[in-house]
Order: sequence, then C-alpha cells, then structure tokens
Amino acid sequence: MPSSWLFALAGGAMIGGAAALLLLTHGRIAGISGVLGSLLPPGAAPDRGWRLAFIGGLLAAGLIGAAVAPTAVGASVRTLPVVIVAGLIVGFGTRLGSGCTSGHGVCGLSRLSPRSMVAVATFMTTGAITAMIAGGVS
Amino acid sequence: MTAVTTTCGARCRAMSIVLALVAGGLLGAGLLVSGMTQPAKVVGFLDVTRGWDPSLAFVMGGAVIVYAVAFRLIQRGRKDPWFDVKFHLPTRRDLDGSLLIGAALFGIGWGLGGLCPGPGLVAAAAGSTTGLAFAGAMIVGMLAQHLTAKK
Repeated sequence: MPSSWLFALAGGAMIGGAAALLLLTHGRIAGISGVLGSLLPPGAAPDRGWRLAFIGGLLAAGLIGAAVAPTAVGASVRTLPVVIVAGLIVGFGTRLGSGCTSGHGVCGLSRLSPRSMVAVATFMTTGAITAMIAGGVS
Repeated sequence: MTAVTTTCGARCRAMSIVLALVAGGLLGAGLLVSGMTQPAKVVGFLDVTRGWDPSLAFVMGGAVIVYAVAFRLIQRGRKDPWFDVKFHLPTRRDLDGSLLIGAALFGIGWGLGGLCPGPGLVAAAAGSTTGLAFAGAMIVGMLAQHLTAKK
C-alpha cells in the first residue's frame, strides 16, 4: 500500500473524528460551506459563536500547517484568474446545492442521506469531466 | 449565543467554543495530512484519464468509516448534544433542481481549481496566494448566491 494511501486514510479518519466531535458537542453537521455560508449575510445565523470557532480552528490548522509542514499546501495547477473563477463557482454552487465535500460527502454519505448521495454522485461526475477537459496543469 | 440555553454557564459556554475550535482544527489538520490541500493531487484524482491517482478516495473512505460509526453511537447514546438542546440534522429527502445544479457547479469549480471549501480556507490561512484568491472568490460566490436566492 503506497504511503500516500495511508496518509489519505489517516487524514480522512481525522476529518471523520472532527465531524463526530462537532456532532457530539454541538449537534451540528460539519459542512464547511454550510458553516461558513451561515456566517455571511443576508440571513446569517444568530448563533455565531461555535461557527466562528469552528472556522477559526480550520484557519489555525492552516497557519500552523504552513509553519510545521510547508509542503502540505500544494502549488496551484491553474493561473490566478482561473483559480478565482473556480472559487466563485464553488462558493455559488455549494450554497445553491446545500453542501460540499464535507457536509454532503463525509456527513451525508455516512447518514445515508439520499440528497447527499445524489449530490456526491453529481459533483464527482462534473469534477471528473472538468478535470479531464482542463487537464493536469494549465 | 441563542442555541446554548440557561443550563450552560460561562465556563460551559467557553468549553463549547473551545471544542468547536478543536473540531475545526482537527478537521483542518486532517485535510493537510490527507492531501486534499494539494490541487495537483485533487485534479489527478478527479481526472481518471491521465495516470489516475486513486489515493484521495481513501480520504472519503476513512472519514465515512469513522463518522458512520460515531454517528450511530452518538444517535443511539444521547438524545441531545453536550452544548445544545437538540441535534440539528437535515431532514429533507427530496431531490430538486437547486441540489443538482448546485452540486454540478461545485464539481466544475472543484475540478477546475483543485480546491473545495475546507482546503481553500486552510490554504488561505497558510498564506498561499492561490488559497487566498480561491477563498476570497468563494465568499463572493456565496454572497452572490444568497442575494439571488428566492426566499
């Protein structure tokens, strides 16, 4: 088994454990786009405390990660304008579709949610087609 | 703090915030360890036609195994979470156009940039120009969706 598979499995287990911790403590689905989006107007959620803390923890991991493992965040495969277009589409799409890889993927598939299963099948398919057309590095 | 009720004093509220921070931190660390913050790896996983790298399938596999077990144990063992009066779980089961179009768009953006929301935020906090551009654009995209959403 290649070591990248073990890192993927270990990282995945950490993600699952983190999502379980948020469920146990706050009773919430650990969906990044949902938690982040609910902090944004209009219609921002009233209970901001745990949401800000959860996103803050995620950002802290990035800050610490940059110091202890600088290669963990990889270089871009696209030019900056393409990255910005990708970000815009991801932001709009995840809010319209009520979730992303964490909420629909990790939490939704585990809960056997039919909406999440359809969402995951859909974004994996369009992601695969897009990556195929756009190519490895451009 | 509306969700935390009168049974939760100042120390309990502080603990609830600390544990949300820990959950976010652990999730972010998991993303860094797993390879999800490496756009080239993500694109290499999504694109099955050029020397497919299947390793990221193990991220979802590992996460789902842990969460699926934990979810059932927590649901069976408790009627409410530690710091709230009830669990807030999605109840909808219908499929609609918004779900399909939104998920389809998300996949296009993910396959294009090689970043999804969590890794985008982690990369931004790590100071990556790509991460900052992606996360900033993602927030603009979210705001645009909120403003155009039918209420």
